[in-house]
Amino acid sequence: MCGIAGFLGAASESGAEKARIERMLSAIAHRGPDGRGVHVDGAVALGHVRLSIIDLAGGNQPMLDETGDFAISFNGEIFNYIEIREALEAKGSRFKTRSDTEVILELYKAKGEAGVEDLVGDFAFAIWDRRRQRLVLARDRMGVRPLYWSRTRDRLYFASEIKALLAADAVEARPDPIGIDQLFTLWSPIAPRTVFKDIQQLPPGHLMIATPGSVEVRRYWRLSYPTAEEDAGLAVDEGAIAEELRGLLADATRIRLRSDVPVGAYLSGGLDSSIIATLASDVVAERLTTFSVTFESGEFDESAFQAQMAETLRTAHASIACETSAIGAMFPEVVRHIEQPVLRTAPAPLYQLSDFVRRRGYKVVLTGEGADEVFAGYDIFKEAKVRAFCARQPGSAWRPRLFGRLYPYLPALQAQSPAYLNAFFGMALDRTGDPLFSHLPRFETTSKAKVFFSGELKAALAGYDALAELRDDLPADFRSWTPLAQAQYLETAYLLPGYILSAQGDRVAMAHGVEGRFPFLDHRVVEFGARIPSRMKLKALREKHILRESLGSRLPPAIGCRPKQPYRAPDSASFFGAGAPAYVTERLSHAAVASAGLFDSVAVAKLARKCAAGGALGFRDNTALVGVISGQLWSETFFSGRAIQADRTLPAA
Amino acid sequence: MTKQIERELRAFIAENLLFSDNPDEVAGDQSMLQAGLIDSTGVLELVAFLEGHFDIAVADAEIVPQNLDTIDALAAFVSKKVATAAPGRFMTPEFEG
Repeated sequence: MCGIAGFLGAASESGAEKARIERMLSAIAHRGPDGRGVHVDGAVALGHVRLSIIDLAGGNQPMLDETGDFAISFNGEIFNYIEIREALEAKGSRFKTRSDTEVILELYKAKGEAGVEDLVGDFAFAIWDRRRQRLVLARDRMGVRPLYWSRTRDRLYFASEIKALLAADAVEARPDPIGIDQLFTLWSPIAPRTVFKDIQQLPPGHLMIATPGSVEVRRYWRLSYPTAEEDAGLAVDEGAIAEELRGLLADATRIRLRSDVPVGAYLSGGLDSSIIATLASDVVAERLTTFSVTFESGEFDESAFQAQMAETLRTAHASIACETSAIGAMFPEVVRHIEQPVLRTAPAPLYQLSDFVRRRGYKVVLTGEGADEVFAGYDIFKEAKVRAFCARQPGSAWRPRLFGRLYPYLPALQAQSPAYLNAFFGMALDRTGDPLFSHLPRFETTSKAKVFFSGELKAALAGYDALAELRDDLPADFRSWTPLAQAQYLETAYLLPGYILSAQGDRVAMAHGVEGRFPFLDHRVVEFGARIPSRMKLKALREKHILRESLGSRLPPAIGCRPKQPYRAPDSASFFGAGAPAYVTERLSHAAVASAGLFDSVAVAKLARKCAAGGALGFRDNTALVGVISGQLWSETFFSGRAIQADRTLPAA
Repeated sequence: MTKQIERELRAFIAENLLFSDNPDEVAGDQSMLQAGLIDSTGVLELVAFLEGHFDIAVADAEIVPQNLDTIDALAAFVSKKVATAAPGRFMTPEFEG
């Protein structure tokens, strides 16, 4: 796990390429503290900063084959590299290292870019093929590893993080109003868009073939589900499915323990990470080391469950207490790593946790990420089911009472009167034909934070509708899937890579040189999960039913039967009260807000006053506050506090 | 009395829900749920304000959109509560005269 950067284009005066690639690597040095290398071939440069995990001695990069015609810079892990290597050796390939990097290179030589379909793993890589004079970029199916690119008049640049593209002076940092609008609707921009103008991401499951004169982006994998009719007719032998799933998850965990350095595991206290830690304990010879984060407030803290699981597995367990004020204190650094505004503080404690893990000598951790998307764990799936159930009988008095069973972990919601729950979740019940039906309450609630956008930003966005763009982005057969599959796709194809695996995943872990590995996001597990009938994933209102059937009995009953409690952290409380960081007042001042140009300074002042008084109880205010603070920090970090300037023409929306 | 209650409601809503300097931005019959001024958790904040500011008690059964979702409905609801709970409190000179 590492960082990559590079470019392809017109040659310039000698030495300029080397200096430029070195600047790019310096911007992402945190991703690879163990080594650094560059390969310059005329107008092409590949760079690499290394976090050494497999073949510590032989895995340096960029790596060239013996002919020197093929060079690779690779970030990530190929978990089935041993099997691919054996297959390639049987056909005559020869290897000089034990690394997974060389396996990708030889696979490319044997099969071209189609070889990417053989890879099981999390990756972003660049291969320079000197014979064909082309650069091949690829990103893993689920979007675990990041890859950004930008094209200027005479060059194509790519890198693991946007800050490396900016360091190359490839492109001027400018905000993209549409990307910002999408983020304040969906929590992240819709790939390939980012929140920066003229900087794109290679979407998950895509390849890019670039030559000095052309760029072609091509999809090689897509998440898909059976049609609703097929889903209804799928085999119903639940026991057989549970058993097959058990074997698949055990294998996905086993190959993710392949490493030449020790692998630890995160324990959240929930079902998913407990399953992964259990499966890992089955394989590792010595005691598994587990890590977790605890909170002051009982609303967020899960330490009792974490301790119970650690005791059950007899792991060497270590936890770090995340203080509410520490979230505010570290937030500027977190935003610098995330490179975009965020609507929740949840990335911050994970940033602190990765620092803790690294200090304890670990650089690889397994986590339970992905189970909620693949096996339907989130309450939004239940919410959609209840809303659809109510929509079928609009006059029913008792059906809406089911709304009271949603989100039991949100005290602010549980305190609502039934009439208000009904009014809120009952919104848009007449829009069951909308492909976004499952997510309309969430998207509409999130969108309300846009009331804080500045006049300039609103003007740039006049007439723009992020939900319309999302609808247009959906696969052609989306509407043929079950309602649950449609909702799962929205979570898995957008929120997961755009926010969970990025802001709460790669960025905050790699900030401290820690690699996350996610057995539930092995694409074989994801594809298997998609074929499991919807009724076995969300059975009535029992979330992750099939996963519980498959592996719940391996866990203490208190955890195996535990209802979903998503990982959350204190939001507005992190920025006010005793111990509040000094930058909050400064960044939210009229002058700073007006100068950044993203938000309305009058409205922000009222919001800040309300939050400081402890009056921000609802989702909307918390979402807006974290969005505004992170937006202000983002503006300060990337645009010197002047993201949108009133005296400058905005980039056209 | 209702006029003054409406003014105070509008001031609160502008400051805390609209984040605006203009208390007349919302029409009297505009649904605050529809407009997104009240989200799934925001009504608690409104009820806390009503109880604290107008010195009334709002029963659970009264926390329904029919009473609270528009400024017109709110003004009528609060006027009725105030009249029974604290008669005379809103007898300003304007109304006495």
